[in-house]
Amino acid sequence: MGRQLLIDNIKDPVTGALTGINTLEGYRAHGGYKALEKALKLKPEEIVTEVQKSGLRGRGGAGFPTGMKWSFIAKPPGVPRHLVCNADESEPGTFKDRYLMHHKPHLLIEGMIISSFALGANLSYIYIRGEMMVQYHILQKAIDEAYAAGLLGKNILNSGFDLDLHVHPGAGAYICGEETGLIESLEGKRGNPRIKPPFPAISGVWNRPTVVNNVETLAAIVPILNMGAEEYAKIGIGKSTGTKLISASGHINKPGVYEIELGVPVEEFIYSESYCGGMKGGRKLKAVVAGGSSVPILPAELILKTAKGEPRLMTYESLGDGGFATGTMLGSGGFIVMDESTSVVKNLFNFTRFYHHESCGQCSPCREGTGWMEKILHKILDGHGTVADIDLLWDIQGKIEGKTICPLGEAAAWPVAAAIRHFRPEFEEYVKNPGKIKDVKHYYRLNNLEPVN
Amino acid sequence: MPKVTIDGQTIEVPNGTTILEAARMIGGKSVPPAMCYYSKLKETGGYCRTCIVNVSKGSEKDPRPMPKPVPSCRTTVMDGMEVQNLTSPALLEARAGVVEFLLLNHPLDCPICDQAGECHLQDLGYENGKSKTRYEFARREFEPIDIGEKIKLHMKRCIHCFRCVKLADQLTPNRYQGMLNRGDHSEISTYIQHAVDNEFSGNMIDVCPVGALTDKTFRFKSRVWFVKPEDAHRKCPTCAGKARIWLKGEEVLRVTGRKDKYGEVIDWICNECRFDKKKTSDWVIEGPTHIDHHSVISMNHYETLVDLKHETDNHRKQLTNKKVNLGQGALDPNNS
Repeated sequence: MGRQLLIDNIKDPVTGALTGINTLEGYRAHGGYKALEKALKLKPEEIVTEVQKSGLRGRGGAGFPTGMKWSFIAKPPGVPRHLVCNADESEPGTFKDRYLMHHKPHLLIEGMIISSFALGANLSYIYIRGEMMVQYHILQKAIDEAYAAGLLGKNILNSGFDLDLHVHPGAGAYICGEETGLIESLEGKRGNPRIKPPFPAISGVWNRPTVVNNVETLAAIVPILNMGAEEYAKIGIGKSTGTKLISASGHINKPGVYEIELGVPVEEFIYSESYCGGMKGGRKLKAVVAGGSSVPILPAELILKTAKGEPRLMTYESLGDGGFATGTMLGSGGFIVMDESTSVVKNLFNFTRFYHHESCGQCSPCREGTGWMEKILHKILDGHGTVADIDLLWDIQGKIEGKTICPLGEAAAWPVAAAIRHFRPEFEEYVKNPGKIKDVKHYYRLNNLEPVN
Repeated sequence: MPKVTIDGQTIEVPNGTTILEAARMIGGKSVPPAMCYYSKLKETGGYCRTCIVNVSKGSEKDPRPMPKPVPSCRTTVMDGMEVQNLTSPALLEARAGVVEFLLLNHPLDCPICDQAGECHLQDLGYENGKSKTRYEFARREFEPIDIGEKIKLHMKRCIHCFRCVKLADQLTPNRYQGMLNRGDHSEISTYIQHAVDNEFSGNMIDVCPVGALTDKTFRFKSRVWFVKPEDAHRKCPTCAGKARIWLKGEEVLRVTGRKDKYGEVIDWICNECRFDKKKTSDWVIEGPTHIDHHSVISMNHYETLVDLKHETDNHRKQLTNKKVNLGQGALDPNNS
């Protein structure tokens, strides 16, 4: 087990009991808000440089260097700037932010105060997913504690820096996790992604310069300041520095949230006792979706080893090795493991149904294409598919990808492309032997409906 | 002043010009089709994706990887940019894909649709689409509703271009309509059906590229190619009064705004001119309208139908070879 910087001290290592780090008192007992004191003595630009030096990359999925994102923010005189924390974690297979906010709300708040100070924002928001009402109340309580302790509000720790922090619950839409959709929703409008440019760094919330960062990214600012950027950059491999939270789920012995030092081999992550603890029931590994439902699925042989035969590591570069032909993405760290009993076609139907349901309906390729792909997959699963349908699916995903306003188009297209690329025989099995499909009425079961004769 | 090259034609344009506007300045066949962009309204465009073009070279300053399909209506020209429209077969294929998506849930009820003949989707389909659909599922259905006294909304024909929403936001003082629901269930609505009540609301009929919003005073009266357009004006206290009247004999069947060659209204007209002035004596006729915007129907522009016939013949041959169980001679076109 590597170093833990984000989710350490949540449970007592001996008894396994919660340490009470979710309260301000408990958080301070474990060295909380030390980084803030340090940061307020620095100049804002120095913090931005520090984050740039740390090599921290956005933990929400795209992996864009955080320091660079911060340096892009426009600074017109007299115009307020904002920091928004994207806590709308809704990617299927990802649940790390919820865990972090549930157990260490003050880590996020401390990270947000430091980041707001670095960006010159005096009004910041946490946009939390509507389904996470428990975490909303936890955060609200933590914010109240911070206000009472003088960590938020006017003149924080006598530094002359003011910050107001609000937590705002969404109404439960995946599309509001896209940064401009989130901004629209935060402004009280329908959560439709905006057409870019202008990017939020120029014109975001209330048309003011805005930075939108993921929960884990903002939380990682605290250890960076505590240990220093150089020290942080030593963790990990190459351009993948630091630690990453991985939400492991699926057919493994120990599903849950793990903090890894970037660079752990995928094989070790799945089979080691300190992480997933091996495959459930000792069954064979079939496929892995490595970074949340949007990233391409990879078969066992390609997830454990790259096409060149090198062991695949949990880093942005290694998982992306080989492009989409033989690689995938680290994404948001939603690590879904599937054993040999899983049907990739059914899994794909499930994902596609999700994207169809969550498409906002603004641009035509995504609005129409996602529904179409779902209907074709439904047809295949019902035993009425043809080989031409598989080619059609391939064609449709190609016509969605890269032609939409926001990345939801790609998110819907990539899983389809990868499933067909790596598991085409399985699709053909479904269309050639419809009689052999044991559970053609799966759709009705999924929806708790009685099959119609 | 940035210079842009579109399909090999170079033009110098003012700063901040979009690729689509630059192409329109050049004119000719390289102008990408636009279903949602409307130069007379702010913040339109970017939704339908028919105007995508291939940027084969961004500019010397822009390090982003190219080529890349971008919506030309929302992409600003950079100096030294090179754009492919008709010269990129891959792009035309992608555009055909967008057309297919737009037509996926469209009812294709052109024979009973008032817009037929001046429908942008019809033109787009003929020029950039394929003659056959690969969609084999039920299309989405909505009941037609009245929005306002004089306007009918057929949501099933809508292509979600958002022009009417932007118009309602920008031309009228209050917000009247918007989008309900999401994804392919989303629909334009006023929430309460009769809420659109504004003296300029009728312009949404003119901006609608398809037959989703139609004029209730003209519905089912005539096919548009049987009515004769004349430019006419009248003294109107509300609007400029410059309109286009559509005559059948002496009778004014409908009044619309004057449109340019991209089908965009030149002057907005008020509802009184549009819906209530239906006598020739109300208008000073300037003369017959020269229609710049071609329409596949009014120009008998059916070349693509030749391909359709070819494809149908091939399909028929394939079916015959397969010996589908349809009985002897059932597929023979001469056997009636």
